[in-house]
Formats: sequence, C-alpha cells, structure tokens
Amino acid sequence: MPELRIIRSYAGVQDSHKIESYIQRGGYQALPKALGMDPDDIIDLIKRAGLRGRGGAGFPTGVKWGFIQRDSKKPIYLCCNADESEPGSFKDREIIEQDPHQMLEGIIIGCYTINSHKSYIYIRGEMPYGAGVLERALEEAYENGYLGKNILNSGFDLDVVVFRGAGAYICGEETGLLESIEGKNGEPRPKPPFPAQSGLFGCPTIVNNVETLAFVPHIINRGAEWFSEIGTPKNTGTKIYGLCGQINNPGLYELPLGIPLRELIDEYGGGVPGGRKVKAVSPGGSSAPLLTADELDLKMDFDTLSEVGSMLGTAGVTVIDDSTCMVRVAQNLAHFYRDESCGQCVQCREGTWWLEKMLTMIEEGRGRMEYIDTLLDACSQMRGTTICALADGCAMPVESIVKKFRHEFEEHIKLGKCPFEREHMGEWS
Amino acid sequence: MPENMKLTRELKEKIDSIVAKSETKQSALIPVLREIQNAEGYLTNESMEEAAKILGLTPANVQSVATFYTMFFRKEPGKHVVWLCRTLSCALKGAEQAEHHMCEKLGVHTGGTTSDGKITLMEAECLASCGTAPVMLVDDDLVENLTKEKIDRIIEELRKD
Repeated sequence: MPELRIIRSYAGVQDSHKIESYIQRGGYQALPKALGMDPDDIIDLIKRAGLRGRGGAGFPTGVKWGFIQRDSKKPIYLCCNADESEPGSFKDREIIEQDPHQMLEGIIIGCYTINSHKSYIYIRGEMPYGAGVLERALEEAYENGYLGKNILNSGFDLDVVVFRGAGAYICGEETGLLESIEGKNGEPRPKPPFPAQSGLFGCPTIVNNVETLAFVPHIINRGAEWFSEIGTPKNTGTKIYGLCGQINNPGLYELPLGIPLRELIDEYGGGVPGGRKVKAVSPGGSSAPLLTADELDLKMDFDTLSEVGSMLGTAGVTVIDDSTCMVRVAQNLAHFYRDESCGQCVQCREGTWWLEKMLTMIEEGRGRMEYIDTLLDACSQMRGTTICALADGCAMPVESIVKKFRHEFEEHIKLGKCPFEREHMGEWS
Repeated sequence: MPENMKLTRELKEKIDSIVAKSETKQSALIPVLREIQNAEGYLTNESMEEAAKILGLTPANVQSVATFYTMFFRKEPGKHVVWLCRTLSCALKGAEQAEHHMCEKLGVHTGGTTSDGKITLMEAECLASCGTAPVMLVDDDLVENLTKEKIDRIIEELRKD
C-alpha cells in the first residue's frame, strides 16, 4: 500500500522548500479562504475535523485554540514548537526543511484564528540548516504579501520570527520553550496558569507543534468531514510515522492513524535486518513505555496505546532486535534524561541520575538483585511528582523495560556481567 | 581572543540591532550570546559581562543561561566542532563504535580538542535524524549514515582546513 500523503506532498519534489513549489502543489489557497471566515467557525471546523496535537500529547487543537480570550488587552502569541528532540522522532525536521511554507500557512491561519499578530518559531539550535530554510521562507512570504501588514488585503497583520535555541531538550516542553524565548533557562513553569491564560511575557499564548500546524491548511481546503473520515473516529487524519533503529527500511511514512504496528514494521519498514526478530519497540519517541514482540498487533493511535499504558507520542518508532541488550537500552535512555533534566525538581534531578547509575552497575556486572525493585521504586516516585513530564519520560520507559524484561536484569546480576556477546549496543555498517 | 578584549564595534552594532528587534531586553539574551559566539568562537567572562550591561542583567544571570544551554562554549573550542549523536536510535546503529573510532583517530576524549586546535569532539543527544542513524553535526552540516570511511574522510577534510 502506498502512503496516504497529505502533508508529505513535498516528498521527491525538487526545490520543494521554495514558495513556487508550495503554490504549485496547492499551497496558500487555504489562507484567503480562512481570512474570510469567522474565527469561531475555524475553531469549530478544526474541532469537527478532530485534529489532535502531533507533538506528543494528542490534545485537540481546536479546543486549545478555543482557550484563548481573543479580546485580550494584552498581545496574543502563537509559538510554533520546532524544537524536535525526542529521541526516535525526526518528522518535524523534514517538514521544516522540505516544506516550510506549509507549516507557515498553518501558523498564519492559527494566528488569525486566535487574534495573534506575532508568532515565534522556536527551532532547536542543532538545526542550523532548517533555521536557514525557515528564514528564507519568511522572506518569501513577506515578499508575496502572506506576512506583514494587511495580509492579502484582509486587514490582518502578522509578523513571524525564527527563534533559535542553543541546545536543551527541555525547551520542547511548552513552558520551557517560553522561558527560553524570554531569555531564561528553559525551566518549565508550574501549571496552572496554562499558557493560554499566561504564556509568553505573561500574555495569552498557544504553542503548537510543526506537524499539527501543517495539517491546518488542508483541513481549511478540504473540510472537517474529509479529515475526520481518515483514521479512526477519535484519532482522525494521517500521521507521519517514523521508523528507525534495527529496521530494514528506516524513514518517514504518512499513513492513517490507527495502522497496526506490525504492518508498519513489516510492510513499510521491511522487517528487522539479518533475519533477526523484533524484541521490543519504542512506539512514540523515547518517553513512551516500550512494547514487546507480543504487542505488535496494537493500532498506532493515541487512544489504543494509552489504553495499554504506553503512548503514541510523536509516533517515532524505534525497533529493537533480539540481539540487543535491554539493560543497555534502559541505560542509554536514562543517560539521555539525566543529561537533559533541567534540575529544578529533586525527583527528576536525582532520580534520573540514580536510574542511570543503577542501570550502569547492573550492565557492568556490579548490580545486586535488590536493585531491580529499587529501580521500580525510584520510577514510581518520579512519576507525576514533578513540574513537567521529563521525569515521567525517563521513568516510564525504564519501568516498562524492567517489568517486561526483568529476566535480562536478573541474568546480568547472576552472571556478574552482560550476557550479550556484542561489545557494542548495535553494529554499524 | 584574549580575555581582556572588549566586543568590537561591529559586534556591538549587531547586538544593538538584535535588542532593537526584541520584545524585551532580556529576550535578546540567547540571540545575543549566539551572535557573540559566532563572532568570537566562545563566550568569555568579559563578553558575558558586556552582554549583561547592554541587556540590563546581572553577570550571574547571563552566566546561568550560558551554562544551561549545551551549545554555548565558555572555553575556546577547535576551529571545527563535531557533535556526534549518542542517543538510542544512533546507538542501535553503531554510534558507540563511531565514537570510539573518532576518539582514536583524533587522539582526544569526547569533549576534547585536537592538539592542533582544529577539531573539538562533542557528544550530542538526539539530533532528530534517527532514520539515517548514526549521524553527527559537523559545524552547521548534518552528516548521515556514518561509516568508518565517511568519518575518516571528514576528519581528513577538517584537518586540512
């Protein structure tokens, strides 16, 4: 089956990042239509389409936009979260680099809807190329009258700026992102107040993911019913799934929400290399609890994965084969979160450190049997006890690995060494 | 640059234009630090103090931000900086071997700079290019599907430059 490409119409198109290419593919047709609509009707349309945020949480976009008090005396902001840095996720980078105008049209429509006249695109510091593409796209959009004063003679004004980060995963958390734009450490804020009430510079703010915004023009053009008929009733539309790790055909695949994981791995990913088998799958970015080979018939949508205690997250799927040591996988992930913890909350700052420490000791053959329950205890104390979800993002996958692959931990401890023959976690070509 | 050198006039003008475009003085901080690092290679105490003065912040405030974000250098890095991803999807595709090979070839530990001052090797967390793992960022360029040969070629090029 081919992909169902709504967003990825740029795939294989030469110079797809240029405004001419986007217009040729039907771009900037939704904008004049939207500018002639009542903002309430746009919100209603997005709600009826069932669009859920593609950044990880799956929150309904129309509902989020509806939280903004549009007659606020303060300025209103829309921030586009282009800080893609969840391990296993690489979809936003492609949209940014290959088709910046698509997300930009979504931003302009979003801003018009919530009565915002200033938008920030927060792009991570590690994406210098993408930042350059966005800067040029903004210039093109200004030159063509899609940005600036009196856009397409509608009376609506909007300025969009690119804000480049400087290396911090936590700035992908929406309030960490806002702190960063304000010139501070990207330390997430306690909520409430939510950004819609008090966000950037204390003003009403919406933060939307790149992929989410890229869907908006298509829904305006083709209608809520069209979109809602794709996918499943509560998980509508397509999703850009990422496939990486130990898989034959890694890459991005745009498919209806709800595709079975097995189909994604076997049909699109071409299965696991070297005749090996799937041992575990991280289904939606590294913060998602891992699934085992027995769970591959699950549907890849927000609700199905949340019902089994995992999550769709960014739908960045990392496949792990049966020659890989799961203690090392857990250790690698704990290292990431320990490195990226902002350090505000004790449970996170200390918890991520201790998880990595214990996992390293087990991997190196210095673990003791009681560490296994200590790991689980630490995970449960990290969950839901901090300002943001980073501690959960570490505890959830680690906990799932310890519970689902407990025998591997026991084997390490009994043997006093890693039972896997491979010196490295994976092989390169 | 020597520790006591002040910001050049050209750099000051650039900073002024960033501040003029920013909604608050403090919100210019990260773009300003990026600009200083672009011009001078890293952030000295002096340049951070000047930035603090211009933005009406305390030096401690600026130091705090400069140390929070991993891409700011407070010591002079090599002429080229290589950020090698170590996170899960790259590790599953051999990032550990890539790192060992790099360290051996360059004669440095991760975080170190070659004795000729040409190359600094840094460890990166997920560079959002998991489908083409293992990957690294060489200055502003992403290098995908790393192999030993590819790494050798790149190091050779960087050394010549």
